[in-house]
Amino acid sequence: MSEPQGSKLIRTLLDFDRFTADDVRAILNTTDVMAQVLERPVKKVPALQGFTVATLFYEDSTRTRLSFERAARAQSADVMTFSKGGSSVSKGESLRDTVATLEALAVDAFVVRHPSAGAAHQVASWTDKAVINAGDGRRAHPTQALLDVATYERSVDAPVEGRKLVIVGDVAHSRVARSNAALWRLLGADVTVCGPPTLMPQHGGLPEGVTVETRLDRALDGAHAVMALRLQQERMHEARFASPAAYAEQYQITEARLAGAQDDVKVLHPGPMNRGVEIDGRLADGPQSLVTQQVAMGLPVRMAVLYHLLVGKGGSA
Amino acid sequence: MSDPKATLFTADEIGRALTRIAHEIIERNKGSERLALVGVHTRGVPIAERLAARIADIEGREPAFGKLDITLYRDDLTEIALQPVVKRTEVPFDVSGMNVVLCDDVLYTGRTARAALDALVDMGRPNVIQYAVLIDRGHRELPIRADYVGKNVPTRRDEVVKVRLTESDGADEVLLVDRKDAL
Repeated sequence: MSEPQGSKLIRTLLDFDRFTADDVRAILNTTDVMAQVLERPVKKVPALQGFTVATLFYEDSTRTRLSFERAARAQSADVMTFSKGGSSVSKGESLRDTVATLEALAVDAFVVRHPSAGAAHQVASWTDKAVINAGDGRRAHPTQALLDVATYERSVDAPVEGRKLVIVGDVAHSRVARSNAALWRLLGADVTVCGPPTLMPQHGGLPEGVTVETRLDRALDGAHAVMALRLQQERMHEARFASPAAYAEQYQITEARLAGAQDDVKVLHPGPMNRGVEIDGRLADGPQSLVTQQVAMGLPVRMAVLYHLLVGKGGSA
Repeated sequence: MSDPKATLFTADEIGRALTRIAHEIIERNKGSERLALVGVHTRGVPIAERLAARIADIEGREPAFGKLDITLYRDDLTEIALQPVVKRTEVPFDVSGMNVVLCDDVLYTGRTARAALDALVDMGRPNVIQYAVLIDRGHRELPIRADYVGKNVPTRRDEVVKVRLTESDGADEVLLVDRKDAL
């Protein structure tokens, strides 16, 4: 009978530092309902009528931005799109001035993507409106982690609690890795990160309780979920690998390498994929892969996040 | 437990009212063909369930049954708690062409019914939508009325009608309570 109920009013999603497992469960519960709305003939509800959501993107992104905009519109909110190109940023307007300008235009929520870590936190310190971090530098990308958990849980019809997630690749530079490690830990899962030592975060770069392992076969032992991260070519020299092929030889996720994992192991990738580098192409298209479902889950997750941040006592409507 | 001012409905009376409403629904809709009962979360659901069971007994044919959550359709967001709790809507049939009877425990301002109507028509185009409630307590704020009413009860705005049902509360009864005692 009892639905998960958050413990406090939440107006920002910057990372998971101030979230409890119950807060996250409340959002994931609403995600289910939003997914249901998207299956109806009328894929729209009036839940956020009268609210305006601004997307502030200082870094290229198509999927994340489109998915947030669609998530706002599917709940009848209005959307203002701001991107670096063709705006006053090219005239030198600061982030702070841009936020002030949009606030003067009666925006209720800011969705912020920025190459600098902490940018969304800055925005939240300047405004009392809702703020969602859509990716800041290498720091955090919380809605990606939420959609990864939601996708995995739906695919196995069980909570992540007590299960083992392995994140493989350039963990040091990955906000997706950091947010996933934090969220899966918060929900009671075991998390292991794996990759070349040079691409592992140094001291204190990971949430408590995360295991670091540089040997892939050991990391994958007993894994329920494996997440391959995109290997960025410009990081190759840091990884001290001569070529993508050399990286692939040791760390590419393939069906054969999953032999030691659980029988029903699932494979995730935040996209865009380098097939044949961090993930085997056939595996990515196979039945263990959740890649397509991850993209689809982005929409209901972001609908739920916008809804929880904007609605509730103290909401501005 | 708060101190009730009056018992508006006993378990027996609730049972008899639902039986009467079931007959009225059948009569008005000329049987149970293309009939659907849809309960509004939370206490509209067991009411719809019980009406569906009675109609199946009488007619020998089960009407379609669904559950509706109207949280995403509310017009008063400030009434939503600290964090919203949205429940699943389960309407496992196409509402288009159906005679849908929306069911709820108490009809008060009419705002829940308004939201439920919007939620229903977003799922398709029912042939008709009717409205069944256990208690109509008055004080409408919208032009909405029920087609089937268990009992009309004059109330004051500072009173609360507490419907308790076996499925959700362990017993069947309807109580009238002062708002200050209701928590």
